Parts: sequence; C-alpha cells; structure tokens
Amino acid sequence: MTTTRSGGPRIGLFATCLVDLIRPSIGFAAAKLLEDAGCTVEVPPQTCCGQPAYNSGDRADAKAIARRTIEAFEPYDHVVAPSGSCSATMSKHYPELFAGDPAWEGRARAHAAKTHELVSFLVDVLSVTAVSAQWEGSATYHDSCSGLRELKVHAQPRNLLGGVAGLELREMAHPEVCCGFGGTFCVKYPDISNVMVGRKTDDIAATEADMVLAGDLGCLMNIAGKLKREGRRTEARHVAEVLAGMTDEPAIGEAER
Amino acid sequence: MVEITSPRFKANAREALADKDLQRALTKVPSGFIAKRAKAREKLPEFDALRDRARDIKNHTLAHLDLYLERFEAKVKENGGHVHWAADAAEAREIVLKICRDLDARTVTKGKTMISEEIGLNDYLEEQGIEPVETDLGEYIIQLRKEHPSHIIAPAIHVNRDQVEADFRRVHGHLPQDRDLTAPETLLGEARGILRDRFLKADVGITGANFLVAETGTSIIVTNEGNGDLTQTLPKAHVVLASIEKITPTLQDVSQNLRVLARSATGQDMSVYTTFSTGPRRADDPDGPGEYHVVLLDNGRSSMLGSEFEEMLRCIRCGACMNHCPVYHTVGGHAYGWVYPGPMGAVLTPSLIGVDKAGHLPNASTFCGRCEEVCPMRIPLPKMMRHWREREFERHLQPATQRWGIKGWAFFARRPALYRAASGIAMRLLGAMGRKRGRFASLPLAGGWTSHRDFPSPQGKTFQQQWAERKR
Repeated sequence: MTTTRSGGPRIGLFATCLVDLIRPSIGFAAAKLLEDAGCTVEVPPQTCCGQPAYNSGDRADAKAIARRTIEAFEPYDHVVAPSGSCSATMSKHYPELFAGDPAWEGRARAHAAKTHELVSFLVDVLSVTAVSAQWEGSATYHDSCSGLRELKVHAQPRNLLGGVAGLELREMAHPEVCCGFGGTFCVKYPDISNVMVGRKTDDIAATEADMVLAGDLGCLMNIAGKLKREGRRTEARHVAEVLAGMTDEPAIGEAER
Repeated sequence: MVEITSPRFKANAREALADKDLQRALTKVPSGFIAKRAKAREKLPEFDALRDRARDIKNHTLAHLDLYLERFEAKVKENGGHVHWAADAAEAREIVLKICRDLDARTVTKGKTMISEEIGLNDYLEEQGIEPVETDLGEYIIQLRKEHPSHIIAPAIHVNRDQVEADFRRVHGHLPQDRDLTAPETLLGEARGILRDRFLKADVGITGANFLVAETGTSIIVTNEGNGDLTQTLPKAHVVLASIEKITPTLQDVSQNLRVLARSATGQDMSVYTTFSTGPRRADDPDGPGEYHVVLLDNGRSSMLGSEFEEMLRCIRCGACMNHCPVYHTVGGHAYGWVYPGPMGAVLTPSLIGVDKAGHLPNASTFCGRCEEVCPMRIPLPKMMRHWREREFERHLQPATQRWGIKGWAFFARRPALYRAASGIAMRLLGAMGRKRGRFASLPLAGGWTSHRDFPSPQGKTFQQQWAERKR
C-alpha cells in the first residue's frame, strides 16, 4: 500500500453513476468520511460500473465499460463506492466477466481485490468504530440486496449508526427483503416492482421512524419515490449522509426548504 | 401437455396481482416456510457444511452421469424391474400407456410427481380412457379444480380452505349435503375416505422419485401423507417417473442429501415418510407390486450437461428458492406459465421449452440473491438467469426499447468525456425543473417508474462537475 502525505491510503472514489447524476451530496459525504479516517480521496473521470449492461445480457458493452473503469482506477490503493451493488459488480463480477481473457483477467482481479463498499471499508479495513455526527430522531435501516448478500454488509452500518448522537435506530420487519428496485427490473416489470416497494414502505411506516436509510441510491430512489407518492412523511437518505453529518441538503425526493 | 403461457408472463402477473383470493393465499408462503427453514438450519450447526457436501456429491454424479445411469439400470433389472428410457415427453407418455394397456388398467393412482406435470400425463391418460387419481391431498384438490400445481412441493398453495370446501361439496355429491366441513381436519378426513376406496381399485400406481440410487437400483420418495406408499404397494404395477438427474451414486450419498432436503423444504428434520422401493414384490414379501418400472426422462436435460446451465441439474426440488423469492410472493406460481415456477423455474423452464417462449422468466428477477442464499445445492440461480439474458440479448429476443435503452446508456458510459458533457447539461436542466419540488410525478419515457412512484429530482450539477470545481 502506498502512503501519501497524510500517511493514509490513496482512494479512488467511485461515486456511481446514480450519485454522480442524481445526488452528488452522497459523493461528498463519502469523501468526508474517508478523509476523516485519514485517506486521500481522488475522483478520476468515471461513468458507470457497467452493471445495467451486464445484467441485461449485454456482455460486450459491460466489458467495454469495465475496461474503462479498471484503467481509470489502476493508480489507487483502493476503489471505494457508496453502493453495495456497484461494489459487488466490480469485486465479484469483473473477474467473471474477464475469465479466460489473458490481457484483462489479471487486471480485473486486481481491481476486484481492492474494491470496497464504503461503510464496510470504513469498519472492516480502516477499523473505524465511531463517527462524530449528530442527527436528532429515529431511523430505520434497509439492507440493500447486493451489499447484504454478496458483500456481507449488515452489522457495519448499524454499528456506526449506533454512535450517531441523537439517533435512535429502529429495525423494520424484513429489512433483508428486496425493495423491488432491481435496476432495470423496476421499469421492465413495474406492476410487480410496485407491490414489492409497497410492502417495503408499509414495513418502514410501521416503525414510525422519521427516516429510512440504506447504502444504495437505487433502492433509496425507489423507496423515497414510493413514500412520496403515498404521501408519507418518512424521509429517505443514504447512510453516508447521516454518518458524515451532512444532512443540510433536502432528503431524497424532498422539496427545497 | 400443460399449456404454456410463459410468453404472456406480464399479463399473468397482472391477473395474479388483481386476484384477491390468490393474494390472500400467498401470504402463507413467506410467513410459513421461511421461519421453519431458518429454525431447522439453526438447530443443525453443520447445515451449511452439509450443503457443500450435497453440492459436491451432485457435481460428481453429473460428471459421471452415464456411468451411474447404466449402473442403476443394471441393478433394477437384477432386482426384476424394468427401465424405460424416454427422450421426450411423448415417449414417456407412450411408455406409461403401454404398461397400463398390458395390465388392462382402468384406474391409475398417483403420488406427487412433477415429471407427470412436465409430460402432461393426466390429460393423456384420460384421452385414452384411463382414469388418473391424484392421491396427494394438494394434488387431489387441484385435480378437482382442473388446475396445475402453483408450487413444486405445495401444489395447492394458491387455494384457500373455503374454495376446497366448495370443491368437495361439488364433487363428493354422494355425501350428505348438511355435513360439517368447517375444520381443516374434516376436509382431510373426507379426502382420506374417498381416496381409500380409489387406492384399493387402482390397477397401476405412479409415483415420482426424489432420488434414484445407482448402487442398489432403488427409487426413493419422501412424503408427509403416506399416500405414496399406498399408491406404490397396492396395485399390480408401480411405475416410477423420474428425470435422469435424480440419480445418486450410493445410499450413503442419499442419506446425506436427505438431511438438507426436508430442512430446506418444510423445515422438518425428515419428511414423515421416506420410502425406498427396490424392484417388484419378491416371493417372500407380504405385499408389494407385481411389476416395477422406472421411466427415465431426458426431455432436454442432457443438453444442459457441459453448458453454463449444468449446475441447474443439481436441483433436488425442495422449493426453498420460491419460498424465499419476493417475486414469487407477489405473483404466485401460475404466472410463470408452465410447470416449474420461481427462481428454479426461471432457469430450468427456458432449458426445457426454449428461451424464446420462457424469456420473461429469467428477466423477472431483481437478482436479490435470496434464492441462491438458501439453495441446499448451492445453485447460482441469479448467475444462470443472467446467462439466459445473454442468450436473449444475442438473439435479439428482448423488447427493442429495452435493448436500445441499454445500448444508448452504454454508448455514453463507454465515452467518459461525452458522458460528462451530456450528463452535465441534462442534470442541470432536470435539476432546475425538479429541484424546487424535489421530485417529478411524471417524466417522459419513464412511465414504468412514475406510474407507481415519484422520481426524485437530481440536485443539479453532477458530482464530477462539483468535485472539479471544489478542487480548483
């Protein structure tokens, strides 16, 4: 691991396309959390991890996008993303995508080995045990599928949220059940997706928490969009925003104050 | 043959979502099966290690499938039984018909078998003047209703108690109309009484097989009702319908795989009955069938060997994948449009009836990964669904809008400079339009999203723009 002036690792922050386009404040929250933990953070030119193409069966485009991403992040000690699903695409599926490709398999494996989901990186790699943040109210945490099942992100966000001053964590029923987003699934099968997200917002509402948190913006846009459509008052935010103490921006789908 | 409605999966799903009885019945799936399996797993610390062993046993078997099938055939013959090889559904039906004809059979009792569904046996036998009688309670109920199973181990999970009572009153017309059928046990008792008579009249008994043992030429069924035992021991002949991948090398291997089967399926340590059948009745046996036949069905499975779908042949039909599937929970089994529903069906069905007909199935998944997480045979179901999507993409089978949507996105995602320029403009525009209210109630080209939920507005400038400005 190369070190920098600060002595910490040099991180290539992969913001994810959704954060880049829809909610940049999550990217800044991620950068703050990493910098507070002693890392140097850089943001090389980037687009998307390629997951939409990969999961749609378009391997050629998925590989082309992946090659761009691997090249862009080769200079860094770690690649960190505020998303379980994009991290899992890079850390679990890039090697599979380039299996048997002599020019790229090694590079894909190296990229995969140094890629981490943000909160698990903070806790498992940097051994962060507490953050200095405050948020007054109650919150419930939804486990996004890829983070939970492919990357085993479960206790880490809950542990860090436990240290946020003023925040009371309330578990919802079935936090591990999919919210119905599923990338392109939600527009390919909108009727089914709608029932799934409706069950999720019911479980969220039953906790009477002020806010729902998760580690993936895709799920959060789906959940927040449904909460708003149902006229519910529960806010939705990415867990990084709360952990970084950066909650001045309106919550997801919320009007400007 | 069961009518294939998989191509109209979307319409099936819409109908399922609007069906109040079905929706009420489906709530039983997550509330019952999931907790029971979790409890069974908790009680057995080596459960996950057993899953590894089960996977390894089946991988070994599939690598030597020809060898074990031939060994099984030789053993069955040695025991006085017959083995019939069926390349497809039509051959399997004809084999069964010939066995029935040779015995002048009029009535055939049946234990639960999904292969019978796969080859459309009941309709065929009826056309030939032979009456098939389902003896598993769930199968009996759906036979009365002229339906097909909506779940591979709980075929009538979509039916509620009131519907069963109405069906029994309609079909069992000879019983007193004022009888009390309010308690579930009374329904069970009535079915038992009716079926007892049919067991005694049957000429041929047909069962499936959970395992075929190469070492001994044994077929094994697991049931909770004991109907399988009466089906196979009382008639003149016992016919076993099994697909080729049911083969397992030894009794030792079977005893190991049985430990994961019931726990994954119903959360039981073992099913109530685990019945071993090895050949016809011997001279000193007190009972048993005079003839023992095994019909080995391929129906496309051998073409899965050596392909990216080979691992699907490890499946032992426990149903855990559909029990844990949030999509199955919303639409139930019939929406999938053929014999095998849920995640295992999403992978197997395209192999058996063609991805051109079953293309929706591997797409109707969020890849949430719960199926793979609970599969006792550790079958990578999402990965194989993705492989089907790749085949569809190659053959241009997906809707054009979907294809060009992905292609359009990829065009920009492959070109970072262009992507930054275009997204920078687009997000500033969208952000300016939506930021004040925070969301859009409708957006052009996003009807799939906004018909059911709002679309959160972008904040404005992209992260990459803002980051570059911050660093300046």
